[in-house]
Amino acid sequence: MIVSLVLIPLILGVMILVLTVPAVPRKGIRRGLLMTGAVSHTVLTAIIAFSGKNTFRPGDWIGLDPQGLLFLAVTSVLFLAVAVYTTGYLSRDSQRRVKDAVEGFLFENKPETVFSACLLFFLSAMSLVCISRNMGLLWVAVEATTLASAPLISFHRHHRSLEATWKYLLICSVGIAVALLGNYFLAFADPGKAHLNLGKLIAGAALLDKTWLKAAFLLLLVGYGTKMGLAPMHTWLPDAHSEAPSMVSALLSGALLNCAFLGILRGHAVLTAAGIGWYSSELLVFFGLLSMIVSAAFMIRQADYKRMLAYSSIEHMGILALAVGIGGLAATGAMLHAVNHSLAKGMLFLVSGQLLFVYGSKEINDIRHVLKTAPLTGALWLTGILAITGAPPFGLFVSELTILKGMMEAGRWGIAAGYLIVLGIIFIAMSRAMISMVFGFPFTERSPDASSFHYREPFWFSWPVMALAAVILALGLYIPNQFWTFLGRAAALTGGM
Amino acid sequence: MPLWTDMFILGLVLTNFRLLATSRLAAVIQTTVLQAVFLIAIMLAMTPRPWPSLLILLSLITFVVKGALLPWLLSRAVREVKVLREIEPLVGYSASVLTGVALLGLSFLIFLPMKGAVSVGSDFLLPGALFTTLTGLLVIVSRKKALTQVVGYLVMENGVYAFGTALAVEEPLLVQMGVLLDVFVAVFIMGITVHQISREFDHIDTDRLSELKD
Repeated sequence: MIVSLVLIPLILGVMILVLTVPAVPRKGIRRGLLMTGAVSHTVLTAIIAFSGKNTFRPGDWIGLDPQGLLFLAVTSVLFLAVAVYTTGYLSRDSQRRVKDAVEGFLFENKPETVFSACLLFFLSAMSLVCISRNMGLLWVAVEATTLASAPLISFHRHHRSLEATWKYLLICSVGIAVALLGNYFLAFADPGKAHLNLGKLIAGAALLDKTWLKAAFLLLLVGYGTKMGLAPMHTWLPDAHSEAPSMVSALLSGALLNCAFLGILRGHAVLTAAGIGWYSSELLVFFGLLSMIVSAAFMIRQADYKRMLAYSSIEHMGILALAVGIGGLAATGAMLHAVNHSLAKGMLFLVSGQLLFVYGSKEINDIRHVLKTAPLTGALWLTGILAITGAPPFGLFVSELTILKGMMEAGRWGIAAGYLIVLGIIFIAMSRAMISMVFGFPFTERSPDASSFHYREPFWFSWPVMALAAVILALGLYIPNQFWTFLGRAAALTGGM
Repeated sequence: MPLWTDMFILGLVLTNFRLLATSRLAAVIQTTVLQAVFLIAIMLAMTPRPWPSLLILLSLITFVVKGALLPWLLSRAVREVKVLREIEPLVGYSASVLTGVALLGLSFLIFLPMKGAVSVGSDFLLPGALFTTLTGLLVIVSRKKALTQVVGYLVMENGVYAFGTALAVEEPLLVQMGVLLDVFVAVFIMGITVHQISREFDHIDTDRLSELKD
């Protein structure tokens, strides 16, 4: 049952490749298969989540614990929104020569077949990350996400996207090699030969060699942290996220980064079980805070709105690492924050794709008065930026507040103060950019004139984005008790409460 | 056979220095073949005979992927992009070798306190493996040509693989197979990207790939 989460997208992806080998444009079939993959994945995830039949024995290779289920559900929902968006995006952009937003030359996109198939492979690999209960299998799955997503990043076939793809491939591959080394060290730490199985490692954690274990976590943190975008290993992220097509950026930010984080969480769980959770906690706090500070520094005066969103992802990954490192209530808050961030960032990247299409520019300064030119896009951009900066009444406000409360409960006042200051700086930086984009008076010569150019948002854009916005709003207003309990169970695996 | 194991580890360490010292891409690729041979030799020398059939199978696969397939793909890429040597690396050749010596010392220092903590066959295996990993990293950061960086990545993976040889007998081979498969696919995709880069820019110098920054 659980395996089909991996197999269905994989098979559908192969079908796309096979069915469209003749040069006949078979858009209908291709997009139908993509949507089938997305819908069936979401339905299956929902069935598994609500049936409660996700039991597994400690020695199993795959299985769904609350952490895995949480990240899987987020991935699935986000992919569904992205799939709807993609069907419209491809029918608009894949057949024509597109004008580059920065330098103005024309370029062609990669074949749509490869793109749709790779999207499904990407989903398949990320599902495997979420369900694997073996550190070796998890590692293979994370590497598979890199390979499946590299062609997605270079969909626009021009030199900047190639540069971004090259950096992504090289930096993430090096990171993943370091993570593999961490896996080996985990095996060295284990005289009882648990074969890297998560359940067995945690069960027999007391017998593990502490020195090897510490070294293993450090390597896992650096390795998976590279992919997760923790500073100072984050350098590939702004490039890849700003050069990839918007729906790919949405998946990278909202789903892939979580998956890499899951790798770190698994390592943290083993160390916590072995009684040296303080070591991994302190490392997580350090890298988390550093990522927040670095991203804030780059967000002030950022001229490119897609890069701004990318740095915001680094910031939120920092918040997640920090909160899990603090533990207790903050760790529960981190689980909620992961959900909120994924949905909000997914939504924002999809909106940014629309802004890019309407204005043909990635410069914050070129974009004025979106509310008048494209009212819905403007309203959604406003909503998204308010949500991502943690303004009430959106979900991120609740989760960031929970994390703050957790810090105070843990008595980490200095860190809480630093956290608030950085959040404040980021709030100012992002809202300053947003205000000029949404409300600023238009330049008559540069941006489309509101009276002559009244842009209609197509439904494939507006519906998925509005759905995501609605969920973020709902999570800010009301969280059912059962969901809190579930989040608590997910956090409990890594020393939460 | 501890003596043989140590000899092969020494061979692995020497190939790293060759990699750091040479500017010719052909020699760089040859070195990866040599490394594959040494890796397999280390693994076999550490295991008491008769060798388990899975180990023999793993050696064969390792040789086919790391010793034949990958070098062939790389030399084909060299022919296609028509470059023969790495000119003016970011860190010069003598400086690279000197850094290599420092890294080798560092690798021994790191594993000195762990000596005897685990039975891995030879005291030199873990330092040698770490040195290979670090050499790979050094090549990635200090060379400009995308192809040399791919080789650096391969050498880094070889170092990680050498760590794995200590576990190859006891741990499930699936992880090792995963390594091989991933290296293969990664280099394959990297190769395609290198090809695209060379077509797009008429060169494969990654230091000129520097438009994206803040």
